[in-house]
Amino acid sequence: MDSIWEYRSLLLSGTAVTIQLALASLALSVLFGLVGAAAKLSANHIGRRAANAYTTLIRGVPDLVLMMLLFYGGQQIVNDLGSVTGLWGYIEINQFTAGVGSIGFVFGAYMTETFRGAILAIPRGQIEAGVSVGMTPLTVFRRITWPQMVRHALPSFTNNWLVLIKATALVSVIGLHDLVWNASTAGRSVREPFTFMFAVFIIYLLLTACSDVGLRWLERRYNVGIDRG
Amino acid sequence: MTTERTFFEYLVHVSENQSPLDFMLIADHLDKFFFGALLTLEITALALVIGGAMAVPLAIARAYRHRWLNGPIWAFTYVFRGTPLLVQVYLVYYGLAQFDFVRESFLWNPVLSSPWWCALITFSLNTAAYTTEFLRGAIENTAKGEIEAAKACGMSKIQMMRRVILPGAFRRALPAYSNEVIFMLHSSVVLSTITLQDILGVGRWLNGRYYLAYEGFITAMVFYMALVFLISQAFKFWEKKWLGHLRPRTAGSTR
Repeated sequence: MDSIWEYRSLLLSGTAVTIQLALASLALSVLFGLVGAAAKLSANHIGRRAANAYTTLIRGVPDLVLMMLLFYGGQQIVNDLGSVTGLWGYIEINQFTAGVGSIGFVFGAYMTETFRGAILAIPRGQIEAGVSVGMTPLTVFRRITWPQMVRHALPSFTNNWLVLIKATALVSVIGLHDLVWNASTAGRSVREPFTFMFAVFIIYLLLTACSDVGLRWLERRYNVGIDRG
Repeated sequence: MTTERTFFEYLVHVSENQSPLDFMLIADHLDKFFFGALLTLEITALALVIGGAMAVPLAIARAYRHRWLNGPIWAFTYVFRGTPLLVQVYLVYYGLAQFDFVRESFLWNPVLSSPWWCALITFSLNTAAYTTEFLRGAIENTAKGEIEAAKACGMSKIQMMRRVILPGAFRRALPAYSNEVIFMLHSSVVLSTITLQDILGVGRWLNGRYYLAYEGFITAMVFYMALVFLISQAFKFWEKKWLGHLRPRTAGSTR
């Protein structure tokens, strides 16, 4: 236990990196999810095809494989593209970028399904009513779709977030100095791998438990005024 | 003087210099990938069988709120579902060696010092935790009428469980179980982090040896996609077979 206290700053900074990684990936995945859901529900059949291919691909490939492909192979392709199109110069893909990129991309596919389901749960007539009183598509989204979509999407969103937090542990495999990496390094150096990994175990448990409680509270807030059967 | 080239040499030349992927190199190492796929499937399948067998009694105890067992089982599933599988595997494989009594016990030599066994144990417990929770939901959702009918026929509790509740619950849990199987296959990439040569392990080995990221990881990707495709086709077949009565009927259509 003393060794944990001695290395507390390493564990805390690792936790901070893990949380940053999770939040950045979440933001990216919500973006991918909104675009994906819009494409799946659009009248454009190329958009629908592309979005279906995206979600099928992600269902077929483990996240760590994509992460390694992006980390070891992405550098080359991004810079080749940059020099061919002349749009950007040298870009370095570090562990953090590769982690956020791949986790965001993978969970974007799950978010696509979440948001698609949530939008479909809104009665079509409400959107038509909005259009008929002269709202622009953006106003319809802001006033009608979004507030109700959040309510329908929250349970599945909560689930995706909990899985996403756990997926961040994988980034230690490509060498990001996150919680898992820091703890296993410290554990090796003081020859107490179990003690340190157990601390990681507890910290992840706290992270998921707190998110669970927080998002349940949010669900209750968004469900105010809705009858539950 | 020109030297004659065989077709094979020509292929190797194209593959190394012109093709974006060195397909001849992949073909040379394809057997390694197949062995990797065998290891991935072996551990995933064994863990699913062991974890599934554990989950049935645990789910029953949870569904009926057994006085002493409900709390501990809830804690077990909560802890295993709330932490990353990678951390669980590290805890068992790298962590347990810290304790002298573990290293001196009879379990150490064949079991706890081997990555294969550590992975199997952790994977089984992990999938047991997830399966317990959705199987519990499926058991709790048994229609009241079915239970009343079973009681009216004079079935004992065990008969009712075996003939009415479990068959229905397994059917209802099937779609969630297909997700769990695919999720387990995805999670099995953790094997490559504890020195095992699963599909990703072979991809990483290829990348490390030839410094060719695309060849290793894209081949691994294709292997995983093929496995997921086969698994989801199998579950589609089973869902058609066991959940056929729930499919929506539409007039005049064959589907």
